[in-house]
Amino acid sequence: MIVAKQKPIEEILEGLKGSGRVLVAGCNECVTVCESGGKKEVAILASALRMYFMNQGKEVKIDEITLERQCDREYVEELRKLIDQYDVVLSLACGVGVQFLAETYMKTPVVPGVDTCFMGVTEQRGVWTERCQGCGQCILARTGGICPVSRCAKRLFNGPCGGSARGKCEIDKDLDCGWQLIINRLKELGRIEDYEVLLPIKDWSKERAGGPRKIVREDVQ
Amino acid sequence: MRLQYPSSIRIICLPCTGKVDLIHILRSFEKGADGVYVVGCMEGSCQFTSGNLRARKRVEQARTLLNTIGIGGDRVQMYNLSSSEAPRFVEIAEEMTRKILALGPNPIKAVRKKMAA
Repeated sequence: MIVAKQKPIEEILEGLKGSGRVLVAGCNECVTVCESGGKKEVAILASALRMYFMNQGKEVKIDEITLERQCDREYVEELRKLIDQYDVVLSLACGVGVQFLAETYMKTPVVPGVDTCFMGVTEQRGVWTERCQGCGQCILARTGGICPVSRCAKRLFNGPCGGSARGKCEIDKDLDCGWQLIINRLKELGRIEDYEVLLPIKDWSKERAGGPRKIVREDVQ
Repeated sequence: MRLQYPSSIRIICLPCTGKVDLIHILRSFEKGADGVYVVGCMEGSCQFTSGNLRARKRVEQARTLLNTIGIGGDRVQMYNLSSSEAPRFVEIAEEMTRKILALGPNPIKAVRKKMAA
């Protein structure tokens, strides 16, 4: 899932400056699971904003809605009939949702209420860690199912760097060395000899370095 | 025992304080409550293992948020006591009432009245 965390309320208030009618829009997908922008977080933030503005003596209308997804046109269209009632939409979806709302409704400002962080997993409730960077050319079959692009700080492809010590990365003593994890996993799988096989040079043009990416599948259109 | 506690307190019964969510506390203030306190079982005695510990976290979240938005985090408090401690329950009710009286009414209430007038 895409993992995000809510922005500090001070920053959110800055984005709402001068607005008299605000729609707080959540998303029922990733940000619900990582507890940063689902229906519950929308209710909490909207309640806090209503109290803040009331306490300031300002009459600001704060309404709430949570869409099934903010990254799918059919759900984003649900705002079509409502959007003109608001000066600004405060979206608690990831950056994808914020942008999709913004490009769908050109005349209404859409501001983000969360910082989108990474694609990751829920290790336990309240702990999320990164697993994928969407590099466009998955090599997990070669690395024992552990990704050197997302788990190695230097995104190295053939073994750890000199900064790996006691299984930890030099940038943070609590961070596992991605390559140590790969080696451990290859050993478990009885495939440690694969570690000796050099991975070819990666085509980084399939990653973000090649500019914004697009997939067109005519077979499903 | 027939003990008396301040009549300004409205009790909301829950099966466990673990049910208390941040939104419940915030809505109380939005509706004009001057203070909210959560009374859970003693720490370590939760029938559901960690309900009262979760409630404490929610109370802390509410305090932080209410401080940020200018309502005052001191209006929220977590207490722990066992169900057999009626005199302690009264003590807590009186302590909280004194505290809230000192803090004054929920500022939202005054603004609401002004807006309605």
